Amino acid sequence: MKIIIVGGGKIGATLIESLENEGHDITVVDRDQKVIDEISNIYDVMCVCGNGVDNDTLKEAEVSKAELLISVTDSDEINMLICFIAKKMGASYTVARVRNPEFNDKRMGQVKQYLDLSLTINPEFLAALEIFNILKLPAAINIETFSRRNFSMIELVLKEGTHLDGMNLIELRKKYNLNFLISVVKRGDEVYIPDGNFVLKTGDHICLTANFIEIQKLLKMLGLAKKQSKSVMILGATTTCYYLAKMLIRSGTDVTIIDKDINRCNQFAEKLPEAVIINGDGAEQEVLMEEGIASTDAFVSLTGMDEENILISFFAQSQNVPRVIAKVNRNELAAMAEKLGLDSIVSPKKAVSNVVTSYARALENSLGSNVETMYKLMNGSVEALEFNVQSDFKSQHIPLKDMQLKKDVLIAGIIRKRKAFVPIGDDEIIAGDKIIVIAKSGDQKMNDLADILR
Amino acid sequence: MNKRMVLKTAGRIMQIISLLLLIPAIVAIIYAEVKQLFAFCITALCAFLVGLAIVKFTRTKNRVIYAKDGFAITALAWIIMAAIGAVPFVIAGDIKSYVDAVFETVSGFTTTGASILTNVEAMSRSMLFWRSFTHWIGGMGVLVFVMAIIPNFTDRSIHIMRAEMPGPIIGKLVPRVKDTAKILYLIYIFLTVLQTALLLAGGMPLFDSLVHTFGTAGTGGFGIKADSIASYSPYCQWIIAIFMLIFGVNFNIYYLLLLRRIRTALKSSELWCYISIVLVSVAVITANVAPIYKNFSTALRNSTFQVASIISTTGFATADFDLWPGLCKAILLLLMFCGACAGSTAGGLKVSRVVMLFKSVTKEIRRMLHPRSIGKVHFEGKSVEDSTLSSVSTYFVIYMICFFMVFLLIAFEPFGFESNFSAVAACFNNIGPGFSAVGPTASYAGYTDFSKIILSFAMLLGRLEIFPIVVFLSPRTWIKKK
Repeated sequence: MKIIIVGGGKIGATLIESLENEGHDITVVDRDQKVIDEISNIYDVMCVCGNGVDNDTLKEAEVSKAELLISVTDSDEINMLICFIAKKMGASYTVARVRNPEFNDKRMGQVKQYLDLSLTINPEFLAALEIFNILKLPAAINIETFSRRNFSMIELVLKEGTHLDGMNLIELRKKYNLNFLISVVKRGDEVYIPDGNFVLKTGDHICLTANFIEIQKLLKMLGLAKKQSKSVMILGATTTCYYLAKMLIRSGTDVTIIDKDINRCNQFAEKLPEAVIINGDGAEQEVLMEEGIASTDAFVSLTGMDEENILISFFAQSQNVPRVIAKVNRNELAAMAEKLGLDSIVSPKKAVSNVVTSYARALENSLGSNVETMYKLMNGSVEALEFNVQSDFKSQHIPLKDMQLKKDVLIAGIIRKRKAFVPIGDDEIIAGDKIIVIAKSGDQKMNDLADILR
Repeated sequence: MNKRMVLKTAGRIMQIISLLLLIPAIVAIIYAEVKQLFAFCITALCAFLVGLAIVKFTRTKNRVIYAKDGFAITALAWIIMAAIGAVPFVIAGDIKSYVDAVFETVSGFTTTGASILTNVEAMSRSMLFWRSFTHWIGGMGVLVFVMAIIPNFTDRSIHIMRAEMPGPIIGKLVPRVKDTAKILYLIYIFLTVLQTALLLAGGMPLFDSLVHTFGTAGTGGFGIKADSIASYSPYCQWIIAIFMLIFGVNFNIYYLLLLRRIRTALKSSELWCYISIVLVSVAVITANVAPIYKNFSTALRNSTFQVASIISTTGFATADFDLWPGLCKAILLLLMFCGACAGSTAGGLKVSRVVMLFKSVTKEIRRMLHPRSIGKVHFEGKSVEDSTLSSVSTYFVIYMICFFMVFLLIAFEPFGFESNFSAVAACFNNIGPGFSAVGPTASYAGYTDFSKIILSFAMLLGRLEIFPIVVFLSPRTWIKKK
């Protein structure tokens, strides 16, 4: 598929990387020749240097032949304008990054309609949502949801002294007798899609997929169910912080926000009257101690500096804060922080790339069973996909145990008429279902439900 | 430095070259040349096995290459090609000394067309074919070919493409390097077939048409007759002259034409400069040589042919331009340095560089008159980045330095200033024949082995535009810092 990406910043580069790996033909437009040079050195894409609002630039990028145009420059208004022009010039679908809360809060739907936008993406909101989900389920270090949160997938670390050490998956299922599935295990740098004889070890990262209620039951049985965070301290009055604070306040959580910039503090105090806003430098431990970091349930570091977020999060961990989450944008730093023992790391650009990649896949085959949602797990080595089953799917009404699935592919869940469950061998797939597939992302690319079959 | 990746590419190149050697082997079968057939097959077999072993036993964990790896890969590939391609000549006995064979092969791959053969017509058919076929391979570049056919050859293959394709700026035609390489080769093959067909239609035998088309397509210039093209009909001469000019045009323009974006294609200022240089040169030379020839059409044909041959850095000849008046020779010498468009198969400085150099000189002069003026150089309808301009000037400087170093190294040869100077110019700019002792009717056979090696080196420098070879030879590329 021919895709144009306008804006080669952080988000742009992440999109280029993931979409290029998907095998799309990409043209990148950016105003800055240096950015263009850098991108053309690293990625196998076509580069056009120029202003994306300019007709000639878009013409040079052959916008009329593009199936998808994604505008991720740093200005919302320019993004929307570019998408509007591109649509008029013949791009089939347009995606704009719109992150200003003023647009998103109110009539985004209408604006989308006026401008004929196919999708708007809001990295900050997505990151905030991810953090919110983690805070709601304190045992998990990561949580992804499918089908409007009916079905979820949580990532856990098997810490020292867990009951699961040395247990194989069949025993596990017998012992807890709940409808759940351990779908992915990461041990060291290796990632496995485990079968029944797989034996768990301390230190493994595991992904559990199950109905949301079952997950909570299971966590209780495992003794991992902790209380939901009742008070949260957020460092950095950023856009992500705004979205997160709003969600938390709505769910009845106490929120403390710390920022060193007085103007931002004033703005936030105006917009979020329920939150406690502190004007102080979060890098100073004294400030954090004074505001009671030791007694808070969760600490979230959302400043614009990755390094600051990582270091301050380590400090919070050392103060025994139960949940510490850091926003880290750069992949290398995130991997390092994880190795050093930081539990939860959230990256807005990863969230965006998940959304856009799944959207592109769904566009790519407008027929057959579409990809509804897609998540990349364990640093992108595993994908979790949600498909709609259409009536022309060939292997309907065949028990799963008789289905010829590809290697390293797993059907982790079926959602049928709002009921979500983990299937067993006798279950069948029927048209109208939504099914969750876990697959190692290797050479094969899952575009269609038929791709899971041999 | 990703040495494994460099090594693996070397292995792949060996395999590719061994496959390419099978094509002249077929010619050897057709003409029943047993010794030559044996030479091609044994060389191909050895190269293939060594290449296979290297590819098999080199584990490349990290397939990412950076700019310097791209340069090193390209330089190494070309050196290997020349070393292997020369072997059949020696085994079959068509060329006795290996140094001579290497000179001939480098001259072939770099599309120079300078020859050490004193009697071309005595060569066997298959060797003549191979010699010209190297032009065709070298014209568009082997690594570009490799990228077009091998899937996932490397990540960041743009570095290799940049190192191998001539010109100051490499524009991709389509997002992926692989697809770009494919399109370039398809255009190249189409033009080759077209020219062969036209020559056949003009009554040239198939073997001759193929050989001359290869020479034209790669802008090489190896012929199979002592007097190059002169003995063929005027029609064939015109066809070859026109195609030499066609292969000197940036291939991106043909792609634009294919997409029917004719207006964009015709906007190219490099193309117009190229055409005007050709027209002016032809006009002046025709006027100058008209008295020598009987009628105007012969004068026009000969001058057009020679201008096309020199500016596209091909090196075919229909007249001994060594006997022409001084003005003509001066113009031809200037054209040698100018070369054709970037992104074509031609050598030389390239028209785009020359234009940019002139424009930046104008800018500097204006700055002397108005010290506070801010000037931007415009080219192809866009303002040129300062970094591009400085790299163009740097290239020009290093080009001159290399040129004079080579000139100095071969200065001890007893042929006099004009021969030596034009020999270096002809080799460095990948043309072939120079003036006087290395003129279109003479050959490089008189030079010593040492000079032949130096000149071969100059041809490689010229074809790869200097930097890859410099990077490849600099110890810092290879030695790990402690």
